[in-house]
Amino acid sequence: MESGLLVSGLGVSVRDGGRILQGVSLEVRPSEICALMGPNGSGKSTLALTLAGHPRFRVDEGWIRLDGEDITRAEPEYRAKKGLFLAFQKQVEIPGLPIEDMIWEAYRARWTGEKRPSLIDFRKRLMAVSSGLGFGPELLRRGVNEGFSGGEGRKAELIQMLMLNPRVSVLDEIDSGLDVDSLRLVIQSLREYVKGGGSALVITHHPRLLSMLNPARVYVLIKGRLVEVGGQELAELVEREGFSRWGEVGDGQKSAERRSGV
Amino acid sequence: MGRRALSEDLVYELSKSKGEPEWMLQKRLQSLRVFNSKAVPTWGPDLSGLNLDDLSYYVRPGVAQADSLEELPADLRKTFDALGIPEAERKFLAGSGAMYQSEVIYERMKRSLEAQGVVFMSMDEAVKKYPELVQRYFMTRCIPPTYHKFAALNGALWSGGSFIYVPKGVKIEKPVQVYFLFDHPSMGQFEHTVIVADEGASVEYIEGCSAPAYIKGGLHAGAMEIFVGKSAKVRVTTIQNWSKNVYNLVTKRAIVEEAGRMEWVEASFGSKVTMLYPSSVLVGTGASAEHVYLSFANDGQLLDAGAKIVHAAPETSALVVSKSISRGNGRTVYRGEVKVNKGARGSVSSVRCDSLLLSDESSTETLPTEQVDEEDSEVSHEASAGRIGEDQLFYLRSRGFSESEATALVIRGFMEPISKKIPLEYAVEFNRLVELELKGAIA
Repeated sequence: MESGLLVSGLGVSVRDGGRILQGVSLEVRPSEICALMGPNGSGKSTLALTLAGHPRFRVDEGWIRLDGEDITRAEPEYRAKKGLFLAFQKQVEIPGLPIEDMIWEAYRARWTGEKRPSLIDFRKRLMAVSSGLGFGPELLRRGVNEGFSGGEGRKAELIQMLMLNPRVSVLDEIDSGLDVDSLRLVIQSLREYVKGGGSALVITHHPRLLSMLNPARVYVLIKGRLVEVGGQELAELVEREGFSRWGEVGDGQKSAERRSGV
Repeated sequence: MGRRALSEDLVYELSKSKGEPEWMLQKRLQSLRVFNSKAVPTWGPDLSGLNLDDLSYYVRPGVAQADSLEELPADLRKTFDALGIPEAERKFLAGSGAMYQSEVIYERMKRSLEAQGVVFMSMDEAVKKYPELVQRYFMTRCIPPTYHKFAALNGALWSGGSFIYVPKGVKIEKPVQVYFLFDHPSMGQFEHTVIVADEGASVEYIEGCSAPAYIKGGLHAGAMEIFVGKSAKVRVTTIQNWSKNVYNLVTKRAIVEEAGRMEWVEASFGSKVTMLYPSSVLVGTGASAEHVYLSFANDGQLLDAGAKIVHAAPETSALVVSKSISRGNGRTVYRGEVKVNKGARGSVSSVRCDSLLLSDESSTETLPTEQVDEEDSEVSHEASAGRIGEDQLFYLRSRGFSESEATALVIRGFMEPISKKIPLEYAVEFNRLVELELKGAIA
């Protein structure tokens, strides 16, 4: 049986706007970490949001499959329940809704049938996961992303991933705003998650993160198209030369990104 | 005077039937004269749909409430079903069941409080048992009959409500709760509550009823007078849900002495029109007040509410937090007033009101008034109005929540400053009420 995330020939437009992604094909198999690299504005976040089903983006062609099921047009909540997770780059604030409560609601909704998770066990696990990332327990009582620093926001996303234990996680710029120590903790958690059978698509424009993750495949996205696929050596190439070999200095797509509203 | 104005005969009859002392009859008659001399206020919501022509309608036993459950509007019956209200309670809410005498409830609580010298009973009983004490506080310097037309109406026709007197230094640990305030057919309309906390005393009073209280006449004009003594503390929590034919015109006012503290917690659901502006008059140095308020206006409703703060002494402080939610074509208004008198040096007032609009047809308005006559003071007002963001909804949906679950979660967060103040035993019902309002299943 086919498993993991499979994307084929994806063409995506922004609602009321132009085409952003063209012919994007990639795969993330179980227990794999793959990487998506590209300069600012190349369409990385658009791809992440499209995979999760954001209504702002429209799939014009191609398809997305998760564990063999076509989810190209599925509701975001359906994809989530099937085991797709998106760690957001942009911090979305939900004032007054404690992050702990939100995770608990999401967590217990995953359980069906007779077996009900206990709040006590959930709490224990949440505390362990949070302290493993150096995320203070007092932050768990704060509203979702309410007054979080960049680093706290990243960690809060990771905590959700580790608690909900999805099949495939798309991590959008999970390293931004993290100090060296925090980055190490994040990478360690990510490795454990993958060891436990999860898989991850790590989106970044920082090659350094990838040298620590040793990805199975590295995809390079330029102006909405995948221009190259390779292994770790591709990330190293980007680290040395940037994206200039694909005719990019990194700012050319800014206007496109602004147009798309991402 | 208007045509068929409220007659003196009716007031005599009411006072006599209750066996009241002469001074209370005179208080009623004085209030009646004020009521008949004042025009219906026009500065706020449209009250032209309110029938004030024949007020005997509201007072004569057995007339105001429904005679049987079948007489209740269908949507209200549906709500009773949704809330799982037992049959006996439904009858009571409809005013046709006599088994839930509030006296019984009072008796139970009274015994433990009496030992501490606390007076806690229905207002009707207090008038007879503690006439001097009641006379000192009832519609004197807190809410005099001249306060406004509907306060005067309450003064003329009041029935029911609680009287609480907490002696010097007595701190009542457990909240004093009154679930239902009805034991006379008209009690649902014009209840009158007085709470007095003497120096250093403290008390928390909770009145709540999540089931929509039905009044055939469609008018509720209650009154509440609070006296917070020196260094005393009073918190009043009200969770109320009126059926959607009701004009809910409530008068609430507290006088707070030196270093005293008054806290108002209000959650308003239901009604056709609500006008509710709890007022805190800070008359002693260092007195403080906190007002937290939540309103939910659904289709066809106008909830016009706010807070009135008077800083009449130095170093007084007030915090007002108002949260309103509108759905369908529901409307909410924040109407507030902050007054800093000359000489109230070092006083601080902070008002924050947030509105959430759940539909295109819903609306909200913020109408704050400030009158600052003391330079050495700080008055701030912050307001926001908005909708649930597409990104918020998407974020939660990407965690597996349906769109309506996601909406409910955002609202839960929005209400948090209020809901965290609501006692635990009321929180479940409170959440259920919000859920029902969101589903639109509620009457």
